[in-house]
Parts: sequence; C-alpha cells; structure tokens
Amino acid sequence: MAELNLLEAINQALDQAMANDERVYIIGEDVGQRGGVFRVTDGLHAKYGEKRVIDAPLAESIIIGSSIGAAMYGMRPIAEIQFADFIFPAFNQIISEAARMRYRSNNTWEVPLVIRAPYGGGIHGALYHSQSIEAFFTHIPGLKVVAPSTPYDAKAMLLAAIDDPDPVLFLEHKKCYRLIKGYVPDEHYTVPIGKADIAREGSDVSVITYGMMRHYAVEAAEMLAGEDINVEVVDLRSLVPLDRETIINSVKKTSKVLVLYEDNLFGGYGAEVAAIIAQDGFEYLDAPVQRLAGLDIPAMPYSTPLENEFLPTPSKIADTLRDLVNY
Amino acid sequence: MEKQDLLADYRTMVLIRSFEEHCQQQYTRARIGGFLHLYVGQEAVAVGAIGALKAQDHLVTHYRDHGHALARGLEPKPLMAELFGRSTGTGKGKGGSMHFADKNKNFWGGYAIVGAHLLLAMGIAYSIKYKREVLGEADQDGVVMCFFGDGATNGGEFYEAVSMAALYKLPIVFLCENNEFAMGTPLSVHTSVTEIHKKASPFMPGERVNGNDVEEMRARALHAVNHARTEGPYFLEAMTYRLRGHSAADPQMYRTRDDINARRSGDPIALLKQKLIDQNLLTEKQAKQIDKEVEKEMDAVVQFAEESPAPDLSEAWTEIYSKPL
Ligand SMILES: Cc1ncc(C[n+]2csc(CCOP(=O)(O)OP(=O)(O)O)c2C)c(N)n1
Ligand SMILES: [Mg+2]
Repeated sequence: MAELNLLEAINQALDQAMANDERVYIIGEDVGQRGGVFRVTDGLHAKYGEKRVIDAPLAESIIIGSSIGAAMYGMRPIAEIQFADFIFPAFNQIISEAARMRYRSNNTWEVPLVIRAPYGGGIHGALYHSQSIEAFFTHIPGLKVVAPSTPYDAKAMLLAAIDDPDPVLFLEHKKCYRLIKGYVPDEHYTVPIGKADIAREGSDVSVITYGMMRHYAVEAAEMLAGEDINVEVVDLRSLVPLDRETIINSVKKTSKVLVLYEDNLFGGYGAEVAAIIAQDGFEYLDAPVQRLAGLDIPAMPYSTPLENEFLPTPSKIADTLRDLVNY
Repeated sequence: MEKQDLLADYRTMVLIRSFEEHCQQQYTRARIGGFLHLYVGQEAVAVGAIGALKAQDHLVTHYRDHGHALARGLEPKPLMAELFGRSTGTGKGKGGSMHFADKNKNFWGGYAIVGAHLLLAMGIAYSIKYKREVLGEADQDGVVMCFFGDGATNGGEFYEAVSMAALYKLPIVFLCENNEFAMGTPLSVHTSVTEIHKKASPFMPGERVNGNDVEEMRARALHAVNHARTEGPYFLEAMTYRLRGHSAADPQMYRTRDDINARRSGDPIALLKQKLIDQNLLTEKQAKQIDKEVEKEMDAVVQFAEESPAPDLSEAWTEIYSKPL
C-alpha cells in the first residue's frame, strides 16, 4: 500500500498488466521514450522495450484501427489517445468497427481493447485540449465507458478493463492526474466495471457525478455541512454499464438530486441519468431533477475567467444545492 | 520580383526569437498558461517562405504559429495579449497560443488538430480556382501556402490533401517543416520515408531545402509559389531543428543537452548574422543595436498585454451562431 496520485496508480496498473501478460502492449503518440505527455507511461519503454511500448506514427486512426485488428487476433492492446480531443480521427474505427464487431460477427470475434484518453478541462488547455468526450461514446452500445477519479479506482478499473473481453474507453481526467492522491494496494486487484461508489454519505440531497466533479462535489458538500445540509455524493465511475440501482437508492434516501457533469449541458451524459431518475425514481422525488454542467458553447475558452465561467466549481455546486434543498 | 532585404529578414527573425523568449519567461511566471509551442530555431523557414508570398496569397498553419504570424506581419501586441488571455488578443483571449489568425492579412490561422488543416487549405485553394474560372473573378490569382510538421505527414488527411490538390491542379504550396521530431518521437521512429517530400512525389514536384538558410528558403519558396500560381501544387520540405522543447513544459527525455548543443551551429539567426557580417552588411555593433531595439519593442508588447483587461464573462457566449439562438 502506497500513497499515489492518479497518474502513478495508472502507471502501476499498466506495469502490472504488462508483467502478467505478454499479449498486453501499449501504443500511442510519444508513449515510449518520452513516457507520454503526462508521463503516464513513464519507465515502461525502458522496462518492456519498443515492441511492447510503441511510439505510433501521428495518426489516431492508425493507433485505434491497428489495435482493433490486433485485439481481434488475440492481443491485448492498450491504446493511448494523447488528449481525448484528438480521438475524432479514430471515431470511425471505434464506432463502426470496435463497438459492433461482436454483434456483426455472430460472436465470432471480440475486441478486447482498452483506449485510454485524458480528458477534461481546468488546465488552460483551451479549445482543443479540454474536451469531455463521453457523450459521443456512451451513446454507442457495444462500448464500455469508464471514468474513475481516485487512484484506488483508477488502478482497479484499468486492470478490470484490460481483463474485459469488450472494448473499454478509459477516461482519465487530466486535472486529477497529480492533484488527487490516495492509498493504492500494491497487488493486482480490480473493481467491477458497472458499479458506482458512494463518495460521501448524506441524507438531504444527492449529487450524481463522475470525474473531477466528484471531488468538487465533495468539496461543496463539506462547505454545506457547516450549514446543516447533508449531501450524498455518488461517483458513477462507470458510465456504461451504468449502476442504476445505486442511483435510485440514493434518490430514495434523499428525495432531491443534482446531476453534475463537466461536459456541455445539452445532450450530455447527465441527461440520460436525469431521464432514468425521472422515470424510475419519480415517486421518491420531492423536487425536479436538477442538472449543473459545462456551458453550451463550442469549446472551453482559454482565458482563465472564461474557463472558470465554463466549468462547474465547488461554489457553483454549493449554490445549486442550497437552492435545491430549499425547493 | 523585389530583391530580398536580408537585413529586414534578420530583424524579423530576431523579433520572432525575442517574442518566443518572452513567451517562455511569461509562461514561467504563469502569466501564460496551457500549452505553448515555441518556434526557436525554425525562424528562417517562416521568414524565408512567407516572404515569398504576396498580399493576395493565403497562409494556413498549425499550432506552432507564432513565427508564422509575425512573419506575415501581424502585430505582436494582440498576439501577446492573446497569450495572456486578454480581451485585446487576436481571439479576445478565447483561443490562446495555437489559434492566431488575421483575416486582413489572409492569415487563416493556426490549427491545433494535427493534419486537419491541410484539407482546409486545399479547399481554400480549390475556391480560388473556382472563383477565377467559374465566377469569372480575374483578380483571384492567389496561392495558398500551408505549413505543417513532419509528424503531420503520417495521417490520412495528408495523403487526401496532396492527392486532391494534384487532381485539380490547385494553387497550393505544401510546406513541411521537418524539424526531425513529432513531439518526442524522432523522424525515423514515426515514418519509414524520412525524406518527407518523397511522400508527395507521386502527386507533385517538390524538393528538400535548407530551412535554416533564409536566402535559400526564400529562393525555393519563390519558385514553389510561382509554380503553384501558374501550374499547380508544389511541395517543399524545409529542413530545420527545434532548439526548444516541443512545448514550454517538455522535459525532453528523448534527446540530451549535447544533442541540442551540437545543433546550435545550424541556428538560423547566427548563420544569417555571420553571413551579413561577412558581406559587410552588418557589424557586431549594429547587431547589438537591433537586439536592443527589438528588446525595447518587446517590453512594450508585454506591457500592453499585462495592462489589457480580461474578457468580459459575457464573451463566453458570443460568436457561436450568426444570430444568438
Ligand atoms: C490529431 C492530433 N493528434 C495529436 C496531437 C498532439 N500533438 C500536437 S503536436 C504533435 C506533434 C507534431 O509534430 P510535427 O507535425 O512534426 O510538428 P512540430 O511540433 O514538430 O512542429 C502532437 C502529437 C494533435 N494536436 N492532434
Ligand atoms: Mg516536427
């Protein structure tokens, strides 16, 4: 057990998976000698060599397309998209091939592929280095999509994703990388994909969220604790499959719910969560389901005040929760 | 064609270098944030090649765009203000380093998604031809110059762009700045065809040129631009070397200090300075004077950025649709 940040926890999971199974290899831009832009793959090139930690040509369609073929033929590729914003040149391969392969081949082929992608804003990345991409991919059956936000979960869910026979998009919030620390067991362990986590127990109002927003929600909850408002925070961790039971149980308990996400509000992943609560949790609700999310503007602006305006922050979350409990 | 003013080119190159050094300083002071890609070491490519363009020609480039913008004659003040995220910036602080643009200068901007802009550039070239041949606009005789890096030639968009440009004989110069790295990945690791111009050779004429020699760069760019204007696409591979990290925060694990130092002899500014001194066009004293003047100009540039206001929060919601929804 050691205290690691999110990035180190992911690095450890990659290392253990590579040590355990020679079919596992890493492919991505600058993942080799440079150790990745964020240094997530640091040390792995030296340890496992250039055949297993591949500095790919600069083309996401190569990275993903080749990985799909390799996964179908029995390999266990872990593909890194340097920034989630750059995944779109590979959108075609992910949606049209990886997600559908089992369905279109009568279960003959499967795609045990993990795609890691740093996403999210709050680091002045501006228009092309800040996006949340989950809504595009959670829309597509056949893919699993996870977004762990603690070092413990990140290691466990990455190992689970590598073991998973289906393609998994593994989203890493880049602001969490060095900021979020926690204790991580040394050994190989997993958390099942599809189970939410109660990040904080509460009785007055529920926040359903994931990614960096989990930490902001907990911060907001602590601000409100002093005002005698008791906030429950549910970290979904896994977006597809979704743990509906944990969501509805929390709604039963608190009767008021805020769905919180960083992506644009309109058509975002949280819209699905809100729809599920409206349908399955209606009789437990004492207030309309609320959503707080990123602005509906084309991209996250660069300028610090505009970036802050885009993002939900702990104080915006606290304000929304105050209004909600007073409904 | 006007004779190349090497002294003016020298000054522009010094300005670009100084602009970049100031960016680095301001990044260290956290006045500039995010991702900052400096052009140090590549100045002769921008100054030589862009100097071959006329006012009616067009420039499209990638995210390492500071040098291209300055070489095209954009004012440094709004550029620095953009880097500071201020309302006086070229993009009102919304875009930052990678998206400089100025319509009045036919500078269509920097694009941060590697490879994607090659197709946009090709579309602009197509419309030049269309306007001339279909709409009868005789004054549409511009050429598009599209900059990109060696790394960008690995994606499909590269081949799509050179293929269609050749098919329709479009007025476009593809200019690859081969600085031997795509971020941390050396040329020989990211491509099997390390003479990049050969990748386009089935489609169009092209050549490799010394991108650290501003005179050669200008001469070959003029040839390329003339060819594009009269016959069709042309490919230039400018050999150069980035003396700084890929971005301001790059620990450069993929090369050593010694590797970099060994390449300082190719520093385009030092080379040009020596050439000018040898030809009695410049003295050490005058060179110092130029440095001083540029330094003074840059102080005013940074001050302008510092004193400019942040954008109003309402700016987050502007410029999304032609009319707000
Ligand atoms: C589609 C896409 N993939 C990845 C990146 C991340 N990235 C930015 S620059 C770069 C390397 C580009 O190398 P090159 O084209 O040689 O240009 P240079 O930086 O050397 O000027 C990478 C991988 C990106 N911006 N867009
Ligand atoms: Mg390069």
